Amino acid sequence: MDFLTNLINGISLGSIYAIIALGYTMVYGIAKMLNFAHGDVIMVGGYICFMTLNALGLNPLIGILAAVVGCTLLGICIERIAYKPLRQSPSLTVLITAIGVSYLLQNLALLIWGANPKVFPSVVGGSGPIMLFDGQLVISMETIVTIVVCAVIMVALVLFTSKTKMGKAMRACSEDPGAARLMGINVDTTISTTFAIGSGLAAIAGVLMMSAYPSLVPTTGSMPGIKAFTAAVFGGIGSIPGAVLGGVLLGIIEVFAKAYIGTQFADAIVFAVLIVVLLIKPSGLLGKYVPEKV
Amino acid sequence: MANPLLKVDDLHVYYGNIHAIKGVSFEVNEGEIVSLIGANGAGKTTTLNTVAGLLKARKGTIEFQGENLQHVPAHKVVNRGMALCPEGRRVFLNMTVRENLEMGAYTRNDAEAKETIETVFERFPLLKERAWQRAGTLSGGEQQMLAMGRAMMSRPSLLMLDEPSMGLAPILVDEIFDIIKALHNAGTTILLVEQNASKALSIADRAYVLETGNVSMEGPAAELANDDRVRKAYLGG
Repeated sequence: MDFLTNLINGISLGSIYAIIALGYTMVYGIAKMLNFAHGDVIMVGGYICFMTLNALGLNPLIGILAAVVGCTLLGICIERIAYKPLRQSPSLTVLITAIGVSYLLQNLALLIWGANPKVFPSVVGGSGPIMLFDGQLVISMETIVTIVVCAVIMVALVLFTSKTKMGKAMRACSEDPGAARLMGINVDTTISTTFAIGSGLAAIAGVLMMSAYPSLVPTTGSMPGIKAFTAAVFGGIGSIPGAVLGGVLLGIIEVFAKAYIGTQFADAIVFAVLIVVLLIKPSGLLGKYVPEKV
Repeated sequence: MANPLLKVDDLHVYYGNIHAIKGVSFEVNEGEIVSLIGANGAGKTTTLNTVAGLLKARKGTIEFQGENLQHVPAHKVVNRGMALCPEGRRVFLNMTVRENLEMGAYTRNDAEAKETIETVFERFPLLKERAWQRAGTLSGGEQQMLAMGRAMMSRPSLLMLDEPSMGLAPILVDEIFDIIKALHNAGTTILLVEQNASKALSIADRAYVLETGNVSMEGPAAELANDDRVRKAYLGG
C-alpha cells in the first residue's frame, strides 16, 4: 500500500510541477525565452489568494479567480515592462533580466507580506479524504483535485493550440515569427497572450500547491519553479504533453526518492535523472528535432 | 497613365551600419509582372522584405495604392492587399498543409478563408491530397507550392515572390513559372525576385537589375534580355 500511496502523492506533486512547466514551455515555445520569474508568479498567486481568503474572508472560488486574474495581469505587465524592450537583444540579456524580475518579485513580497510564513487555508473544501482498502490507502481531496485540474488544463491547451485561430497563430509564431508577421499575425500580441496564459496557470498551480503544502513565504515559488523548469526540459521544452509527462515523472521520482532513499537526496536524484535523460536524448522525452528541408 | 500600384522611391535600408540598399526606386503597375534580378547579395530580398514591412527603411517611401506604408507594421501590410511569399518558402513545417493555408488567411474571416482554400486546391490539386500532412513532410517543390498557395490565401492584389525557383529541379522550375503565369492571367499583379534571370525575363513585362544596393538598369524585359551587359552578367553570355 505504501507503494500506491507514494505513487499517488507523486502524481499529485508532479501535476503541480506539470502546470507550472506548461507555463515555462509555452513561453519558451513562442517567445524563445526562459522566464525565470515564472516560479515567483506562483508565489504572488498564493499571496493574492491568501489575502482574499483571510483578510477579506471571501469564498475560495473568488480567491482562486482573484489569483488567476492578478497573475495574468502581472504576467502581461512583466512582459511589457521587462521583456518586450529586449525583443531584439541577445538571449543572455533577457535571461539575466528574468532573474532580476524574479528577485524583484521576491523582495516586493517580502516588503508587502513580511518574512513570516503564512498558513494557507486549503481551497479544496467539502468532504474529507477518501479511504480505500480499509483505510490503508488514504487519498486527500487536494490530491484528486490537483490531478484532475492538471489533466483538464493539458487537454484544454492541446485543443486550444490545435483548434483555435489564436492557438494556431501561436504555433506559427513559435516556428517562424517573421513568416507569421507576413500572414498578418501580430507577434507582440501573441507573445503577450502566451504570458497571460502561462501566468494564469502559475496562479492555479500556486493555489493548488499552497493547499497541499500550506506554508507561504516570499521564496515559496523558487524551488518549484526550478523543478518545473527541469520538468519542461525533461519532457522536451516547447511540447505541451512533454511538460505534463516531465512534471508527473519528476513528481513521482521525487516522492519515491524521498520515501525509499532519503529526504536529503531527493533533489539530487531528481536533477541526476534530468542529466541522464539529456545525455541520452538531448531534446527531452517528447521534444522533437525538425531538420530543415532545402 | 494611372498611378502605379506600388511605387518605391529612393529606398535606403541598413543592417546595423551596413548600407544594404542605397536608393532603390521602382514601380509596379496594375496587371504587370515586374522582375527584380541581380546576383547574390545585390539586395533583392532586402528590398522585398522592406516593402513587406519586415525591415524598416531609414529613408525613402513605399507607396501602395496611394498609401504610404512607412509606418504600417508588417502584420498590417497584408490587409492592404499585398502578400510576400518569402525566400526559402518558410512554410510552417510543424503545421499541416491546411493549417498553413489557414494562416495565410489569418486576417480574413473563416467563411471567406474556406472558400479561398478551395480555389487554392483547384490551382494546386497536390496540396488537396496532402491537406492533412505536416508541411515538413512535403518535398521542396511541394513546399514552394504551399508557400505560394498560402500567399494567395489573403487574395492579394500584389503578390511578391522571392526566389520561387530556388533549389528546385528544372522541371519543377518550369511548373512554378507556369503557375506564376496562370496567377497573373487570373488578374494578380506580380513582383518577382529571381536569380534565374533568363526565366524571370521570359515572363516579366518589365525588369530592374539590382547591383550592390542600386538599380543599375531598368526597362522592358525583352529589351534587357537582349542587352549585352545583362547577357554577360546574368544570362551566361
